[in-house]
Order: sequence, then structure tokens, then C-alpha cells
Amino acid sequence: MSQRYYQKELETMPRAQIRALQEEKLIKQVKHVYEHVPYYRDLMDRKGVKPEDIKTLDDIQKLPFISKYDLRDTYPYGMLAVPLKDCVRIQSTSGTTGKRVIAYYTQHDVDLWEDCCARAITAAGGTAEDIVQVAYGYGLFTGGFGLHGGSHKVGALTLPMSSGNTDRQIQFIQDLKATVLCCTPSYAAYIGEAMKEKGIKPEENTLKAGIFGAEPWTEEMRRDIEKSLGIKAYDIYGLTETSGPGVAFECEEQHGMHINEDHFYAEIIDPETGEVLPEGSEGELVFTSLDKEAFPLLRYRTRDLCVLTSEPCSCGRTFIRMKKPKGRSDDMLIIRGVNVFPSQIETVLLNEGYAPNYRIEIDRVNNTDTLDVYVELTPERFADTVSEIDKMERELAGAITNILGIHPVIHLVAPKSIQRSEGKAVRVIDRRKLHD
Amino acid sequence: MAIQQLTIFVENKKGKLVEITKMLAENGINMRALSIADTRDFGILRLIVDDIQKALVVLAENGVMVKITDVVAAELPHKPGSLNATLTVLADAGVNVEYLYAFLSSKGQGAYVVLRVADNAAAEKVLNEAGYRTLSMDDEMEF
Repeated sequence: MSQRYYQKELETMPRAQIRALQEEKLIKQVKHVYEHVPYYRDLMDRKGVKPEDIKTLDDIQKLPFISKYDLRDTYPYGMLAVPLKDCVRIQSTSGTTGKRVIAYYTQHDVDLWEDCCARAITAAGGTAEDIVQVAYGYGLFTGGFGLHGGSHKVGALTLPMSSGNTDRQIQFIQDLKATVLCCTPSYAAYIGEAMKEKGIKPEENTLKAGIFGAEPWTEEMRRDIEKSLGIKAYDIYGLTETSGPGVAFECEEQHGMHINEDHFYAEIIDPETGEVLPEGSEGELVFTSLDKEAFPLLRYRTRDLCVLTSEPCSCGRTFIRMKKPKGRSDDMLIIRGVNVFPSQIETVLLNEGYAPNYRIEIDRVNNTDTLDVYVELTPERFADTVSEIDKMERELAGAITNILGIHPVIHLVAPKSIQRSEGKAVRVIDRRKLHD
Repeated sequence: MAIQQLTIFVENKKGKLVEITKMLAENGINMRALSIADTRDFGILRLIVDDIQKALVVLAENGVMVKITDVVAAELPHKPGSLNATLTVLADAGVNVEYLYAFLSSKGQGAYVVLRVADNAAAEKVLNEAGYRTLSMDDEMEF
């Protein structure tokens, strides 16, 4: 019998009660941060805000924002809000977009994080009866340990696979009869592809659900993964700065991710002005950790662009939902003055019947940006004449131009020739030298 | 009637072609004719081989993108002007040739031209009516 909620009382609390709980926690948290994090105290002092000015939830707007630049400046221990001896763990970002971020956790923080992941696993239908294969990377990356801990809390049998060694992943799915797969969506797609190659049909595995996150993915990719693995694919959201995966998770409705609002307060702001926008507006997502002890970021700017809705969800959860982020605002490329998200290109590829394995290369030649998209040719489409392949390239270029408004050069390449990723996929190579 | 050609996708990178010829060599496959079309990113290698099924399996198992294409092969006299005469027959009949390549017979004095056209049967009819013999897979040993 499938259990619907991991912590029913919290997950289905009336909205007025959620806000009251958030308010109470916020007031306490601001005081905690002001007293223990000199860096943030300075920011508040400079803005002329004292902890006692925060009396209601709306007063949060008086507080200064934190961005990845602040984390860079305070690396590694400048945001620590408890004595180091009270910390039990660190996790870290990959550092691909600058200096790595170190997040520290007390046991309370680890528990809170794992509870959030347990809620996500339960929402995806996971129970103590299940076998959860965790194929996120273990180590500094939050994916592996987050879902691992959540799976333990749920009481499921946890397979700590980590990412990579795809043959072994498939062997474990088959032999141990795993029912829930947790990994990045690009790795899930790759496992699906590898199973197909081995002649294992989607209905021949025991998997029923997958919990995929840590990188942007599209609805089209979701449908592809669901088909290739014969599962229902659930999105999960989080970032190292807030704890890791599980800040928000999808329920069976697959219609936006419920934010764990008892632990995180979400705002949508205008990324230009910092002004808080009304519910339903698209803007940058900002999170405040309401009860983390060691690394409690207040008003952390995620750079993710998305929309929030508190409309009731048929799953019974009352937590506000966030739409799948369109892309982290720093994933956004500006090519010939046009804003381009790699996910837009991915959508076109899938709609046109290509695999979601691609590489985008951007360069600047004679002061003009060039956009080259490398896409794998599928055996079904392989033609014996150059003119036919040229035609496919032209058609795909046309479809991308329609969406982006700029014309790419398409390069069809051999299947499997684009490097697969076992973690976050590196899909963009920007060779432009825009700064000297 | 047409004969079967292997069509192979080869990336335009150092060492890619030799990977394929090595697979064929190691499996004792004899090439009778070949042509390659190259573009900026890739080449399309077209082969007539002695054991097409074996070649197909060997290449596919090694992850090469390969398919079989039916093409028309016509026998021509090995003398000046004969290809011109054949193409004239096709052009007069409105048959558009996508690509072609030619090879000499290993046995007799003849030459063969391999033609990729939109409609194999129609092209063969035109050629046969003009007195050309076209080959089928059964004639394979004869090349």
C-alpha cells in the first residue's frame, strides 16, 4: 500500500498556518544569523536593518540579498553560523561556474535535508517496500548523499551505486530488482539508451519511478525517459547553497514542484531591480533557509528563473509549487544579442526526432557570434546521399531558427560520438573571448 | 534486380576510415568497389563487398552506423565513350543520377557502373531496353 506523504501534518498544513510557522522561524533565524555571521551582520547594518525590525514575514523584504559572489568572498568558513565543532559534514558545488561553494551541516541540518528528500521519494511512490538505486554521484556533490539519506529515512533498501559504470547500474536494476532510480536526467536517458542496446525492453525492468534533478531538463526529455525506462519520472530541485536536492519536489500530478516551505521561504524577484514580484510572475527565485543551523542563507539569489503558484494541488499538499526553472539565469547565453537557453535547443531536437545528446559551440568570428550545434544522427535517419543529410541539417537549422530567432549551423555526427555524462552534462562550449 | 551496397557513415576525423577498413580486413571481407563522398563533418563510404551480411554484422557490432542501399549495376564495354553512352541513355529517359562509381571486372574485359537513382526498377528498364545487362545479387560471383 503506497503511502502518500512522509510528514503528512507538515505537508498538508493549511496555508495560513504555514505562513505563521515561517514567520516564527524567520524571526528566530534572522537573530541567529545576525549574532553569528559577521559578514551578514555588516550587510544588515549597512542597510540599517536590525533583527528586531523583522516582525512579520513581509519584513523579509528589508533584508539584504546574498549571491554567489558573497559566498565566493566568504569562502570557505565566512558564512558559518555555529561553532565548527558542531558541524558534522560538508558538501560542495562542482565549482564549474566559479569558485566552489562549501556548505556545512550540523546533524540537525543533515536530518532536515534528508527529511526533504524522504518527502520527495514518498511523493514518487517510494516506501519501505522499495529498492532505491541512487546513481547520483556520491562525494562532495549533494545528489548522492541527499537521496541516499532520504531513502534511508523512508526505510527503503538503498543501493549506493554512485554515478558511472553503466553496465553495473543495469545489472543491479535487473538482478536486485530496483524499483526507484535516482540520478541526473541526462544519466537516466543514457541508462535507458544502454538498456535498449542490450535488448532489455522498458517493461522488462522492475523500475516504476525515477527522481531526477541537478540539471535543467525539458518535458520532452521527461517523456523520452519515461518511455525508455517504462517509469514515471519525477523532478526534484535543490542547490548546495540551500542544502541540496529536496528543496522542492514533484508529486504524482507532475505539475510543478512543491517547495518544502516549513524549511525554505521562497520569493520571486525582478532580477534587475531586486523588487519582489507578485505570485504568478516570472522572475528570479530567492530562498531563505528558515531553520538550518550551520549554513543558514537569508535571501539567497538562485539565478533560476521561474514562477510560483499556491493554487491547491490535487495531491493534498499545501506547499507552494514552483514551475520547472527555465534555466539558471547564468546558463543563459546571449548570442548575437538574443537570449538563448540550451533547453530551448533541446526541446527542438526532441520534437524533430533527434536524441537529446548535443553540444553547443559558440564563438566570435569577425565580431559576429557563431552558433554551432552538434547533433547525433540516428540510424533510422541515416541516408546514403550527402544531399539528404544536408536537407536534414537545413530543416533542423530552420526549426531552431524559428524558436531562437538566430540561425545555427547544424553538424550531424555519428551516434555515440558526443560525450555522455554520468553527472551534469556539459553541453555548451563558449569560446568567445568577451573579456581580456 | 538491383544489387546491394553498404553505406557507412564515417566521421571526418583522423583515423576513422582506417578503423572501418581494419574491421573489414580482420574479417576477411573483400571490397570490390568503393566510393566516398565527403563533406565538412563526415563522409559517406559506399562499398560493394563479397559478403555483405557478414560485413553488416561486423560493422554494426562495432558501433558503426551502416545500412544497406539497393543500387543499380550495369555492365559496360571497357572502351572510350561507353560511360558517356550509358549516361546519355539515362539522361534522355529523364533518369536523374544521384551518384555513381565504376569498377572493372576482375574476370572478363567488362566494366561496371554502379548507379544510385530514385527508382531502380525504372532505371533498369531503361538500361535493359537500350541493351545493357544489369546485375542482380546472383551475378555477384561474376564481377
